[in-house]
Amino acid sequence: MSMFHVLDISATGMHVQTVRLNTIASNMANVDSISSNAKDTYRAKEPVFQTIMDEETGRPTGGVKIKEIVENQAPLKMEYNPNHPMANKDGYIFRPNVNVVEEMANMLDASRTYETNIQVMNTSKQLLLRTLQLGK
Amino acid sequence: MQSIFGIHEQALKVRTMRAELLANNLANADTPNFKARDLDWRAMLSQSKDELQMVPSGKPDLVRTNPRHIAASADFTTSDFLKYRMPTQPALDGNTVETHIEKAQFMENAMQQQATLDFIDGKIKGIRGALIGK
Repeated sequence: MSMFHVLDISATGMHVQTVRLNTIASNMANVDSISSNAKDTYRAKEPVFQTIMDEETGRPTGGVKIKEIVENQAPLKMEYNPNHPMANKDGYIFRPNVNVVEEMANMLDASRTYETNIQVMNTSKQLLLRTLQLGK
Repeated sequence: MQSIFGIHEQALKVRTMRAELLANNLANADTPNFKARDLDWRAMLSQSKDELQMVPSGKPDLVRTNPRHIAASADFTTSDFLKYRMPTQPALDGNTVETHIEKAQFMENAMQQQATLDFIDGKIKGIRGALIGK
């Protein structure tokens, strides 16, 4: 058992939250990516997290990883706008199913969890330094 | 063998282990179906204390069918003391990590670890003083 394992665990936590923030940024950037058919329209992306299990001991001490990034299957927003250059032959355009309010709430949660992991890292770092200083 | 650090050597081990578990809980705060775990460190430490004081433990030991057999007993493993946290407000996604509780526990553990380090440090300083003869 490594002394510095706790830092690795917090690092995985920070990594997955960064990926989550990236998907949120991607969703927010594409909120107005209009398309003329349902197939090509951007769908909100969301990461699914999974615990890394320790292979040897079976203990869940390995941190967290991204299992997959799923696309939101909620219906796209269809809008009747025949004057739009992207409108299809029936006069409809397709807007992504990105919910901006939901994304903002998600972003706050992700940044809070990221901060929590930083705090864990900082506290552990101080304790490890104290351990290295033992007897000096 | 009796360590000069007494219980504190074990205590440091237990607390480092617990810090890892709590860090893992916090890292998995958004993982679906993750169950928060914690170490029953009181039981673990009292076990180590009993061992130091040579109190016969409740460990499963080998049956000796011959007087010349050497006594041996199985070690308790960490998983005997690994427990699941009971959530006060279970989440819809099956995750039982409550960040505020985990954070409080982590802080408590950090303070205990700090205290343990102080005890060990004091012991080392004392012995060094005795060796130097100051």
